[in-house]
Amino acid sequence: MTVNPVAVVARAQGLGKHVTGPSGTLTILEGLDLQVQAGEAVAILGASGSGKSTLLGLLAGLDSASFGEVWLCGQPLTDLNEDGRAELRAGRVGFVFQSFQLLPTLTALENVLLPLELTGNADAASRADEALGRVGLTPRAGHYPRQLSGGEQQRVAIARAYAPRPAVLFADEPTGNLDQATGEQIIDLLLDLRTESGAALVLVTHDPRLAERCDRRLRMHDGALEAIQ
Amino acid sequence: MATSTWRITRRLLRQDWRSGELYMLGAALILTVAAISAVGFFTDRIETGMIRQGGELIAADLAIDGSSPPPQDYLEQATRRGLVAARTLEFPSVVMGTEGPQLVQVKAADAPYPLRGRLRVQDGFTAPERTVEQGPPRGEVWVEARLLRLLGEPLGAAVGLGETRLRLGAILSYEPDRGGGLFQFAPRVLINAADLPATGLVSPASRVKHRLLLAGDLAAVDAYSAWLKPRLPVNLTLVDGRTARPEFESALDRASRFLHLATLVTLLVAGSAIALASRRLVERQIDAVAIMRCLGAPRHLLMRVFVLRLALFGLMASLVGCLVGWLGQLALVATVAEWFGADLPPASWRPVAVGVATGMIALLGFAVPPLLQLTRVSPLRALRRDLGTPRASAALAVLGAALALALLILWQARDAELAGKLLGGVALTVGTLVLSVLALVRLARELAGRARGVWRLGLAALTRRPTFAVLQIAGFGLGILALLLLAVVRVDLLKTWQEGLPPGAPNHFLVNIQPQEVEPVRAFLHGQGIAQAELFPMIRGRLTRINDRPINPADYENPRAERLAAREFNLSFAERLQTDNGITAGEWWPSGTRAPAFSVEQGLAETLGIKLGDRLTFFISGHEVAAPVTSLRKVRWDSFNVNFFVVSPPALLGAEAATYITSFHLPHAREAMIPELVRHFPSVTLLNVDALLKQVRAVVERGVLAVETVFLFTLAAGMLVMFAGIQASLAERRTEHGILRTLGAGRRALLGSLAVEFTATGLLAGLLASIFAELTGWLLAERLFGLQFGFNPALWLTGVLGSGLLIGLAGTLATYPLLIRPPLQTLRQAG
Ligand SMILES: Nc1ncnc2c1ncn2[C@@H]1O[C@H](COP(=O)(O)OP(=O)(O)OP(=O)(O)O)[C@@H](O)[C@H]1O
Ligand SMILES: [Mg+2]
Repeated sequence: MTVNPVAVVARAQGLGKHVTGPSGTLTILEGLDLQVQAGEAVAILGASGSGKSTLLGLLAGLDSASFGEVWLCGQPLTDLNEDGRAELRAGRVGFVFQSFQLLPTLTALENVLLPLELTGNADAASRADEALGRVGLTPRAGHYPRQLSGGEQQRVAIARAYAPRPAVLFADEPTGNLDQATGEQIIDLLLDLRTESGAALVLVTHDPRLAERCDRRLRMHDGALEAIQ
Repeated sequence: MATSTWRITRRLLRQDWRSGELYMLGAALILTVAAISAVGFFTDRIETGMIRQGGELIAADLAIDGSSPPPQDYLEQATRRGLVAARTLEFPSVVMGTEGPQLVQVKAADAPYPLRGRLRVQDGFTAPERTVEQGPPRGEVWVEARLLRLLGEPLGAAVGLGETRLRLGAILSYEPDRGGGLFQFAPRVLINAADLPATGLVSPASRVKHRLLLAGDLAAVDAYSAWLKPRLPVNLTLVDGRTARPEFESALDRASRFLHLATLVTLLVAGSAIALASRRLVERQIDAVAIMRCLGAPRHLLMRVFVLRLALFGLMASLVGCLVGWLGQLALVATVAEWFGADLPPASWRPVAVGVATGMIALLGFAVPPLLQLTRVSPLRALRRDLGTPRASAALAVLGAALALALLILWQARDAELAGKLLGGVALTVGTLVLSVLALVRLARELAGRARGVWRLGLAALTRRPTFAVLQIAGFGLGILALLLLAVVRVDLLKTWQEGLPPGAPNHFLVNIQPQEVEPVRAFLHGQGIAQAELFPMIRGRLTRINDRPINPADYENPRAERLAAREFNLSFAERLQTDNGITAGEWWPSGTRAPAFSVEQGLAETLGIKLGDRLTFFISGHEVAAPVTSLRKVRWDSFNVNFFVVSPPALLGAEAATYITSFHLPHAREAMIPELVRHFPSVTLLNVDALLKQVRAVVERGVLAVETVFLFTLAAGMLVMFAGIQASLAERRTEHGILRTLGAGRRALLGSLAVEFTATGLLAGLLASIFAELTGWLLAERLFGLQFGFNPALWLTGVLGSGLLIGLAGTLATYPLLIRPPLQTLRQAG
């Protein structure tokens, strides 16, 4: 072996997703292939309703595919049940959402602590402090989400996502609710932390300028992904 | 994993505490537990106090009665357990005075007698009473005042009793265990047991009532009676304070039933507050669960965390509830303090256990089923808000709640039949409720289609979430029900109860009136302004057969039945039914009938297994009298009127040797007539039951007060349910209103729609509550307490209109702050 094989943190092959509604079956994804390598930043663009969030959910094992196969951190998800997938996620997968999704009744620090405690991390407290410090919010540690601005809330969410040192981080339109300047700061933070931690980043966004800053750009179209130059 | 469960639970609990998320649930729980434990503490103390006080009525904590001396073993066991003992013997005899022999009832007592209570004596007819610690010394006899008058001897003179002569030492004016019920005919003579052999009156063959008196601390007494009960032969009877006075027992029993019922109502109402609050709690957890699932929390961990969190919370709330209950109990005790004096023992720990168990059962039953639904929240919800909440399994929720309620009601009611009735009532109400709300929702949808503006918005709000509407209306309905019960039914019921003992209730009995004295006595009483006194004939008879079955006391398992079967009844005959009696089965005989017939008191009939149409045979002064039972009667024993177990038409018993009895009310101011009465009719016995009457009346009054205090808990629970309901609807409306307002809906329109929705909810809740309140009142009165209950139109008016107004107003006012706040703020909070 002359070179280290590049680790693949998330992989989808022939992925398809159907949902049955009152007006018949709707195909959201069809024959989708994707490989995300460790440390890589991938941007996914696409029209609203094209299935980006659905893909993210499937990659992270939040939902099960109609057909095709998904591997997360080297494990095929089809072999796992709900709880198995949750256990696989714990500590290895981070999330950042468009609407922040902080627990409103926990302080900023406690929100960051939560995933660490779920995985039974021994040095949870120090890691949480560190992560919060990294996003520049140490002075706001005791504040509740509703006392923070949108940008600050998203920074707490990012600290929460990175604190357990995940292998991959999924971000679904993390700047969608923010103004442009704040959005840029958030992307800076995400990309910097990506570099520092070596975690892969899968970023869903509508903003081509943000997508520009990722290593690769893919467009969702007709249930599949195509590369953008 | 265990440590992380614990750590997360702790964090969430701390968070609950800060965020106020659990306040509503906590308040509901605390209230439930407080009500249960307050009544628990109270009845616990009262019961112990009762035994003590009842002890005065038998001059001991425990007594063993028999026709022969109690086995030596009993006494040894008692001393070994540290109990004090004394023996008494009672028998009829005659005392020889200068004016000839007088029939008396002799009691010979060991020196320590009385073990509970005190004797009071006088040193002359007009001398003041003094309290003494012990009975007469050797060589002395203490007698009742009327005997002294009949004897015509002064105090200090010697009288003959059997083969000995004893000195008249004092007038016995009060004897705590004035036994044999109210009707002790012959005057009492009290002597020292040491003088008994000298009288030669007691031989193994003579008819003597032996009694072993025992007293000591409660635990020892309880242990002793537990030891004794299984080995007690049929010819011995165990008597304790509780069974000593039936009139007293009946009133207290009623009071405690009222208390337990009030608790049950509180339980029901607070239960729905718990259900509402748990539902809301669960709804507010859904997002958190979705996020934690995203972050990799497995389902079982979340479940453990939630159940642990709930259990810890429940435990804390229950303990606080117990504390509140204990404080509440102090208020209850204050209502009866003067009556029990310093005698009331401290509360035991048992109610704490009961309270905590109640809290936990209620919480688990009401909150765990909705919690289970949480595990089914998809983590995908974090990505897609539109996924909505998983449908709660209604069947599971209903099952959980029903199970918890059934368990608690059964436990509290301590009576399977009552619990069954209550549960049936609840099931019926809930069923009616769901059906009517669904019908209303359909109606409202129909109306909303046609209505415009405010009306459309308001009615649509009701129809959009039928489950929520049902829950909310149920909650409001129960709240209103609590208020109605408090305001109307309680007053009616308690009034009915109190009216059973009017201020003019008889306080004196005249017994042993000879037939030829009937007219003179009536005339005398009339002359004293006591016109209403009715004289009833009284005949002693022993029941020998029901149909062809001979009566054998030993055949009855129930000790009360056994006692009744063994003893002589007081029978009577009458043309008309006594005004305060009611026929419950069969018919009263027509006036002037010649046909033989018996009318039997309902309770006696039940105890002895006598049915309508049975042929009863009595043995009356040497011959048998038989007749069929043609009616059953309901009698209020605590009314202090003269009443009889068995009555016949005059044609059947009119010829038997009878004495007459009457009861009347004599105001204090007129007690001066008593000496004159005694002089005119020396053989007639006058019994003053004023003291007993006062005691029973005190029980009723204190009981009413205590019940009212407990109903305050019910009231609080009712308020809480309403508050929980309004809060839940606030949460439901927050987002909706934000959106409607951004869409340009005016404040006035929103306010109008709220008013429409809440008023409609209130009207329906009020209607249902009124139906249920009327039913409850009727059920309680007729079935449980044997009281008449009248239909109350005011209840319906207050119930329906008041509820519409109250809930319409309260709901609208509570939601108003949502309207004056900028829509963005509202939306942001909702997110
Ligand atoms: N569980 C579901 N039931 C019904 N339809 C669904 C479900 N999940 C997704 N869809 C539909 O699939 C399509 C893709 O949804 P998805 O949320 O993945 O789009 P998206 O690319 O993330 O859009 P946006 O940029 O607006 O967030 C949409 O039309 C959506 O309505
Ligand atoms: Mg999306």
